[in-house]
Amino acid sequence: MSGAEAASGAGTVSQAGRRAGERGGAGRAPGGGRVGPAARFTVLVLLAVVFLLPLYVLVVTGFKPFAEAGAGRAWLPPQTWSLEGWSAAWDALGAGLWNSVKLVVPSAAAAALLGSLNGYVLSKWRFPGADTVFTLFLFGMFIPYQAVMIPLQQMLVGAGLMGGLFPLILAHTVYGIPICTLIFRNYYASLPQTLIEAARVDGAGLLRTYAHVVLPVSAPAFAVALIWQVTSAWNDFLFAVFLTGPGSWPVTVQLNNVAGSMVVPYNQQMAAAVLASLPTLVIYLVLGRYFMRGLMAGALKG
Amino acid sequence: MSARTPGRAGAPARRRRPAGRARVRAWLPGLLLISPSILLIAVFVYGMIGWNARLALSDKHKPIDDAAFVGLENMAALWQEARWPGAVANAAVFTVVFVGGALVLGWLLGLLLEKGIAGEAVFRTLFLAPMAVSFIATGVVWRWLMNPAPAERATGLNALFVHFGLDFLVNEWWTAPNLGMAAMALPAVWQLSGYIMALYLAGFRGVPEELREAARVDGASEWGVYRHVVLPQLRPVTLTAVIILGHMSLKVFDLVIAIAGQQIVADVPAVYMWTTVFEVRDPAKGAAIAAYMLLAVAALVLPYLVWTVRRERSEGR
Repeated sequence: MSGAEAASGAGTVSQAGRRAGERGGAGRAPGGGRVGPAARFTVLVLLAVVFLLPLYVLVVTGFKPFAEAGAGRAWLPPQTWSLEGWSAAWDALGAGLWNSVKLVVPSAAAAALLGSLNGYVLSKWRFPGADTVFTLFLFGMFIPYQAVMIPLQQMLVGAGLMGGLFPLILAHTVYGIPICTLIFRNYYASLPQTLIEAARVDGAGLLRTYAHVVLPVSAPAFAVALIWQVTSAWNDFLFAVFLTGPGSWPVTVQLNNVAGSMVVPYNQQMAAAVLASLPTLVIYLVLGRYFMRGLMAGALKG
Repeated sequence: MSARTPGRAGAPARRRRPAGRARVRAWLPGLLLISPSILLIAVFVYGMIGWNARLALSDKHKPIDDAAFVGLENMAALWQEARWPGAVANAAVFTVVFVGGALVLGWLLGLLLEKGIAGEAVFRTLFLAPMAVSFIATGVVWRWLMNPAPAERATGLNALFVHFGLDFLVNEWWTAPNLGMAAMALPAVWQLSGYIMALYLAGFRGVPEELREAARVDGASEWGVYRHVVLPQLRPVTLTAVIILGHMSLKVFDLVIAIAGQQIVADVPAVYMWTTVFEVRDPAKGAAIAAYMLLAVAALVLPYLVWTVRRERSEGR
């Protein structure tokens, strides 16, 4: 997980080394390592089992045929493995999955681009009041979106923009600006100011410096911002239920419709939940360290 | 990079007002570049908050009504009815269990992992994975797990408890009248404690080894080192974690919808607001609920934000 993670990893190794050395030297120091690694490992494994219970339920129930998906054999693996739940879930969610892709891609790209420009200005081309502007941006990241939802709806209806995916793309772009700005500002703050100064002395203006000096080194921050935006827009439910209608429901709304109706069997519900979660889970597993950095930024822990 | 163009960097050459104009020329382009975003945030965050406040203070109780100013009438009226105080009480129970639970579990996971252990990366990845999933998907599984049906028909944890002879643990989960929201908080704890673990893990590892070593040399036991050296250093992490969890808790919506729908037993302000807008169709009342949610989050988050940005600036970042 990034440089910090690598550093702390190295710290762990050297700590462990030092602790081992200390034990060897001081003998059985009283109280030293009262909770041994074996005990810690055991507790961790137990907790991991508890954490994995929902995953077990999802997969096992998803593969059951309809007849087995009831209460009787709830925790047992399927007697016959079946894809019936998966194909039903695919039929129910297909349109929603596609809608989610169509809204997530443009809104993540737009928010990341704006965030990059903002972060650049707020860290390297500061103007009077830049900190106040930044704080005002940041607050936009924490607000309950309910507090803007009714006016937003009214405005979109008034402007004739309701319908289709546009309202959602707009919302995820605009309300993604704060976190993206934060991610890029923190990242650019670590670039040496001399790099910018050198470009300035060479006569490069604001945009040229951005395009030739800053942008080429921005890939990691773009990865963090894009992953954050994709994940949060994909998983969003609140904006989706307020701003879209049946034809353009993203996957979370369709999943809730599938699961919320009492007539849908469990095998299909669980398969649907897995399908809806797979894209973000895969991103997390493949690009975990960028995901992690987004989380840290979200806690203002740059 | 471009070749040197002497004329462009010529600000210092203007000797008349060397400071002022040169400085404005230095920052103005930046302000212009960021201005589209400033405009968007001004309109979509602060403008809409203001608009919502005006609605909340108006008598626009039907979408087609005109809005006349009625002061705090709607804000006060909420407390006179039966549903709103119940929703607030539910949110309070949820907050206590969710924030407390995720904090303790996240801290414990961080503590167990901080000295390094076999398979650390696997544990970390596993505990953090729920963060990548939507509350809706989480809700689907946990509704199955927390199925309140009696043992013979139950799925989920109740069935598991019966199977292992732990019948006394069988319970009604989120459908329990008073403390049902404590059960509702369990999936949220499951989902967020990995995040808190990551925050604490970074915090633990940020404590310089020299400090611990010094305490050991002074004769502190390993527990003493934690008690007097490491844990006090983690207070800022705890503050951050409380702010993050607290503001999420005040806004909780998706999870409740996915598990309980709009049942009153699990009502919270965000769900009530949704019902008010979509079913009751009362914009003024919906806006009043939203205003209360905003006030609660602002009271929690604003001091922290201002403090964070100031401290960061004073550290010269």
